[in-house]
Amino acid sequence: MPETKEIASQAQAEVERWEQETLAPALNKRPERKKRFETVSLDEVARLYTPADTEEIDFERDISFPGEFPYTRGIHPTGYRGKLWTMRQFAGFGMPEETNGRFKYLLKQGQTGLSVAYDLPTLMGYDSDSPLSEGEVGKCGVAVSSLADMEILFDGIPLEEVTVSQTINAPASVLLAMYLVVAEKQNADWKRISGTLQNDILKEYIAQKEWIYPIRPAMKLVTDTFEFCTRHVPRYNPISVSGYHIREAGATAIQELAFTLRDGIEYVEWGARAGLDVDEFVPRISFFFNAHNDFFEEIAKYRAARRIWSRVMRERFNAKNPRTLQLRFHTQTAGVSLTVQQPLNNIVRVAIQALAGVLGGTQSLHTDAYDEALALPTDRAALIALRTQQIISEETGAANTIDPLGGSYFVETLTKKMEDGALDYFQKIDAMGGMVEAIEKGFPQREIQESAYQYQKAVERGDQTIVGVNKYQMSEEPAEISTLVIDEAVRDLQVARLEQTRTRRDKGAVANALEKVKKAARDDENTMPATIEAVRAYATLGEICDALRDVYGLYEEPAF
Amino acid sequence: MEKKIRVLVAKPGLDGHDRGAKVIARALRDAGMEVIYTGLRQTPEMIAAAALQEDVDAVGVSILSGAHNTLCPRIVQLLRENGMDDCMVLVGGIVPQEDIPKLKEQGVSEIFLPGTSTEDIVKFLREHVRPRE
Repeated sequence: MPETKEIASQAQAEVERWEQETLAPALNKRPERKKRFETVSLDEVARLYTPADTEEIDFERDISFPGEFPYTRGIHPTGYRGKLWTMRQFAGFGMPEETNGRFKYLLKQGQTGLSVAYDLPTLMGYDSDSPLSEGEVGKCGVAVSSLADMEILFDGIPLEEVTVSQTINAPASVLLAMYLVVAEKQNADWKRISGTLQNDILKEYIAQKEWIYPIRPAMKLVTDTFEFCTRHVPRYNPISVSGYHIREAGATAIQELAFTLRDGIEYVEWGARAGLDVDEFVPRISFFFNAHNDFFEEIAKYRAARRIWSRVMRERFNAKNPRTLQLRFHTQTAGVSLTVQQPLNNIVRVAIQALAGVLGGTQSLHTDAYDEALALPTDRAALIALRTQQIISEETGAANTIDPLGGSYFVETLTKKMEDGALDYFQKIDAMGGMVEAIEKGFPQREIQESAYQYQKAVERGDQTIVGVNKYQMSEEPAEISTLVIDEAVRDLQVARLEQTRTRRDKGAVANALEKVKKAARDDENTMPATIEAVRAYATLGEICDALRDVYGLYEEPAF
Repeated sequence: MEKKIRVLVAKPGLDGHDRGAKVIARALRDAGMEVIYTGLRQTPEMIAAAALQEDVDAVGVSILSGAHNTLCPRIVQLLRENGMDDCMVLVGGIVPQEDIPKLKEQGVSEIFLPGTSTEDIVKFLREHVRPRE
C-alpha cells in the first residue's frame, strides 16, 4: 500500500520538522525535568505520540467497533450506556454473622453484587478448630468451615437475584458445593443462579501461594467444576482467571497481562482435553485484573487483553461463538499501592485507579478502602470506597461514551506495546511446554520477583515517587484513623459452632460421603457430585480437603 | 576479617504474601549479609529450630495476616528457650500502631511498617547486631 506508506513518512517528516523548529529551542531554554520518563512498570514513555507512531495500527483490524472483533473497544455495543459495571465490593471478616451484616449494609447502600473474602484457614482448606488456624480465624476474611457457616453467611440474601463472587481457589470446588447447597435450600434454581468462583489455581503457584495439592490434580479439580457448571449451573462463571495477585506480587503491567492470559489459555486447553466444547464452556470463563497507579498503562492493558483473547480464541481454538471471543473482566484497585502514611491520600489513589478500570471497559469493579494498608476496612472506609464508584459513574461523565480514549495516539501505541509484550511471553511459555511446565520451572515466579525488586530499588532511588512515603513525608500524621479490630474470641465461637455441627450430623453419612470423594479422586471421576453430597451431610471443609489430600498429596514449592 | 551478619527471613502462619520477604532477603544479601529464607507456612517451632541450626544473629519475620500477636511472641519465647538470648527478632508487615508497644514488651526488637526502605533495615541490623566470634 504505497499510499499509506507515503502518509506515514509524511507524518514522520512532520514530527522531525516540529522537533527542529519548535521543540529544540524550547529544550534549549529549559531542559525537561527528568532524563527518562517511565511508567510504574518502569517502561519508558516518549515525549509525544503522533500519527507516526500508529501507522502500523489498522482501524478495522486492530481497533474496530464496540461489540465487534477484536473487541479492543469493548464487548458491549452500548458500552456503559446500556448497563453500568457491577459495583462489587470484596468483603468478609470475623464470624459469618458479621459478614452477612456487612453484605446487607453494602446492598442497602446501592452496591449491585457481592464478593466474599474468606479467612486464611478457609483459603487453605483447614477448619477453624485446626491447630494451624490459631491466630488466623476471621482475620483476613470470614471463617467458613461447613455448610452451617455458609447458611448463616447468605441468610436473607436471595441467591437467585444477587450475584456472588467468591475468592477461593485451592478448596474452590468445596465452597462451590456449599454455595449450591445453600441455593438449593433457598429453593433457588441452579439453572438461574449466577456468580463467580475465583478458582484460579495457576496464579496461586505463581503469585498468591495459597495452594494445597500438587499442580496437576489441582487442575483436574478446576476442570471438574467447568464440566459440572456447564451442565448444571450454566449461568455461573466457574473461574475468574486472575492477574490481580500476579500484579500485587510485583509483576509489571505486561507480565500481569501475559501470565494471566496464558493461564487462561492453559485452562481452555485442559477443558478441551477433558472433552468440553470450547464454544460452550469458554464463554463462562471470566478474568480479573489489577488497576494500578499508571493511568494510561492500565487502560492500554485492558484494551490489549480483549484484543489478544479474541484473536487467541479464534486462532488457537478455532472458536466460533462470539461470546467465546469476548473477554469479560472484574477490576480491583491496587492494594499494594496504598500507603500506611497519610492514609486518606489512598482515597484519591483509588479514585484514579478506578477511573482507569472504567475507561478500560471493566464489567465489574472493587474499589479499595483507604484503610486497607492498615487492616480490613471499617464500615466508614468501605462506604467511601463504594461512593467513589458512584461518583465516577454518575458525576464525571466517564460512562457517557464508549472507549473515550480509543484513537489516542498514545493509548493506541501503548495498547499495541502491551499486546506485543504479552505475545513475546506466550512464545517463551509455549516453548517450555505450557504454563504448568513454566510454573514447575519457576519461570513466571522468577520474572515477578525480579520486577518486584527492581521496583523497590526505583522507589529507594527516588525514581518512582510514593507521596507520603519517599516524598512529602510528614513527621506527624494529619489524620489518625480508626481501624477494624477482629476479636480473638471469633476463634472460640467458631470452634464451639463446629463442635455443635459435628455432634448433630449423621456420622455414618459423613464417613460414607468422604469415602466417595476419595473414590472419585482416585478413579479420576468428576469430584463435584461426591463433594456436594459430603457438604449436604455437613462434612467440614477440612474433612473434605483432607480426603483429597490423602489421594493427591501436598504441593511443595521448589526453591528459586 | 569481620564475620558476616546472618539473618533468617521467616514467613510464619498461613499467609502466602511473600513479596516483602523475598525483596528483603535479596536486599540483605546485596548488602553483604548471609540470608536464609525459610519458605512459606512455618510454625514458630520450625522457625526457632531453623534459627538455632543456622546460628543466625537475627530473625526477620514477615507477616501481613493479622496473626502477629499470636505468632511473634511465641517465636521470641522459643528462641530464648533454645538459649538464643542475643538473637534479635524483627517484624515487618501490616501491624496496627496499638499492637507495637506490646510486641516490643514481649521481646520483638523492632517493627517495620509498609513503606520502610530496605536501606533502613540494613542500617538497623548493622547498628544493632554484634556478630559473634
